[in-house]
Amino acid sequence: MNKAADLVEETRDGSSVIRLSGTLSVACLRDLPARLDAVTGPVGAIDLGDISHIDTIGAWTVHRTARRLGAKVINASDDARRLIDTVAGYDEPMAIRPDHVSPLQRIVGQIGEAVINSGTTLVGLLGFFGSTLVASWSLLRHPRRFRLNAVVQRFEVVGVSALGIIGLMSFLIGIVIAQQGSVQLKQFGMEVLTINLVGRLTFRELGVLMTAIMVAGRSGSAFAAQLGTMKLTEEIDAMRTIGVSPMEALVLPRTLAVVVMMPLLGFYSSIVAIIGGGFLCAVALDIPPITFVQRLREVVPITDLYVGLIKAPVFGVIIALAGCFQGMQVKANAEEVGLRTTAAVVQAIFLVIVIDSFFAVFFTWVGWV
Amino acid sequence: MAPPAVEEERVECAVEHGDIAISVRGLRNSFGDQLVHDGLDLDVRKGEILGVVGGSGTGKSVLMRSIIGLQTPDAGEVHVFGESMIGRLDDEALAIRKRWGVLFQGGALFSTLTVAENVEVPIREYYPNIGPQLRDEIAAYKIRMTGLPEEAGPKFPSELSGGMKKRAGLARALALDPDLLFLDEPTAGLDPIGAAAFDDQTRKLQQTLGLTVFLITHDLDTLYSICDRVAVLADRQVIAVGTIPELLALDHPWIQEYFNGPRGRAATAAVERERDRSAAAQDGQGNGQGNGKR
Repeated sequence: MNKAADLVEETRDGSSVIRLSGTLSVACLRDLPARLDAVTGPVGAIDLGDISHIDTIGAWTVHRTARRLGAKVINASDDARRLIDTVAGYDEPMAIRPDHVSPLQRIVGQIGEAVINSGTTLVGLLGFFGSTLVASWSLLRHPRRFRLNAVVQRFEVVGVSALGIIGLMSFLIGIVIAQQGSVQLKQFGMEVLTINLVGRLTFRELGVLMTAIMVAGRSGSAFAAQLGTMKLTEEIDAMRTIGVSPMEALVLPRTLAVVVMMPLLGFYSSIVAIIGGGFLCAVALDIPPITFVQRLREVVPITDLYVGLIKAPVFGVIIALAGCFQGMQVKANAEEVGLRTTAAVVQAIFLVIVIDSFFAVFFTWVGWV
Repeated sequence: MAPPAVEEERVECAVEHGDIAISVRGLRNSFGDQLVHDGLDLDVRKGEILGVVGGSGTGKSVLMRSIIGLQTPDAGEVHVFGESMIGRLDDEALAIRKRWGVLFQGGALFSTLTVAENVEVPIREYYPNIGPQLRDEIAAYKIRMTGLPEEAGPKFPSELSGGMKKRAGLARALALDPDLLFLDEPTAGLDPIGAAAFDDQTRKLQQTLGLTVFLITHDLDTLYSICDRVAVLADRQVIAVGTIPELLALDHPWIQEYFNGPRGRAATAAVERERDRSAAAQDGQGNGQGNGKR
């Protein structure tokens, strides 16, 4: 009873007839649509007398063939007739995808869109920074609205939980710098300058920079994803209607947490990197730790520490704002959460490095070299 | 026993005899300590619309998930079209899985595809022999069938209203011409006019396509207007199955409260009004419009 669909072309009374047989359901159609498409030339009728069962996809296949060839459908059972009439009633063209545009137009359009996007993002980020400042100001005037619990909880997530990975990373980076530096400096017989290299580089640049990159990857992305999801589930809208400002409840605690944690993590990272460098010096270069520390105190000016500590909170602001800003921009769907999270990390790291180069010039200018 | 060729044919194009589409026996589901179902039995007859009602947390959705294999029950038997669905490998269950369509509560449309592409997903997945053009045409008529306007096809789910999402989800559920349709609260969150139109559409499709419908709902109007039978879930079991008058004759407090509460009475009154009106205007258009929603 359930045979695969089949067709036979035959001639009756001088006109050609397609006789279909078997089960005309989606599971049993197999290559029938392609074979029907291959039929050309005048066909007077499509004979459904031999079919055992039909579903709407089968009915549609019959209908479109009949329409294309101008054929009549004959010998249809009541069921088949009803289904064919039903689907025929819905026979109107419909676009499946949004309109196709030419590649050139699309590329130009994408470039233009990207430019506009970058512009609006930058303006948006500035605006977001401004509204954070406004929110902070109103919080300063009403300190009782300060959410200590939220901030402390963020301290743990952003800071304490990151200690392990940042420590490990910094230790390894300290080793790498000392090892690579010593290989080069050995050519001049100045291996002892490895200590200068490790000490100054980590305090001034690498400690804070690597921490910023790690925090952007860990916390900036998390902020974007959290806020983005809350935006999708309308939690943020609910908050607004209840009268809780999302700026105060969500953005400020996160920003504050990162701003406070960044200098601490940066300092910690620098110290661990120096320990890594010292470890390598002791193992590979025969510089005992006592000498290492003593030399460090001679060559690393205290201003290097200040440079790192001044940069860290600024980087923190950038990371937190980029994360929260991108999260708050989520509108449509789950995919956007992913895109925004990526954008938050990329933007944060890019801006951190841009600002870092400004800082480098600035500190040289003020004489902290 | 059967030669391989026949075996393949049977799996591909099977149509069983017997009039039970779904049979659930001794179903037991629990989450941690909480027992949701215990010894639950239910039969769904072919070609009927079975409404499933029950208070919040009585496991209506869990029952549906157990039947369609998204939830493995602790114990019990589930047969769909005579095939056991518990502990089957995905490949084996596939032949059955092609024969049902599911409309999830929120529509569950794939958000990166347009409505039409959503409808095409099952066809593309199971029947690569259907060429792209025919597939587009099939998607188009399925979408029209569920009452969506033409311009809905190339839209993304995020651009649709709640009611349109449900219709698009229904179109996707119907993509493979299933014999069995699962609807999880199809009218929840729709306005009364939209809900009545959706009920109407469901009934029409069910009659045209000869569907068996497993319908979870809280909507009393839906129960009155389109369900052939209603199953009541309470106390971790199906406590009663039957037409609404049959259920009303029972003495269970929850059933009495459900159907004779203020909302239940309003829905009953609406149905009676409707009946009077269509009796009065015999040749009227009697298409269920203005169903007098609560």
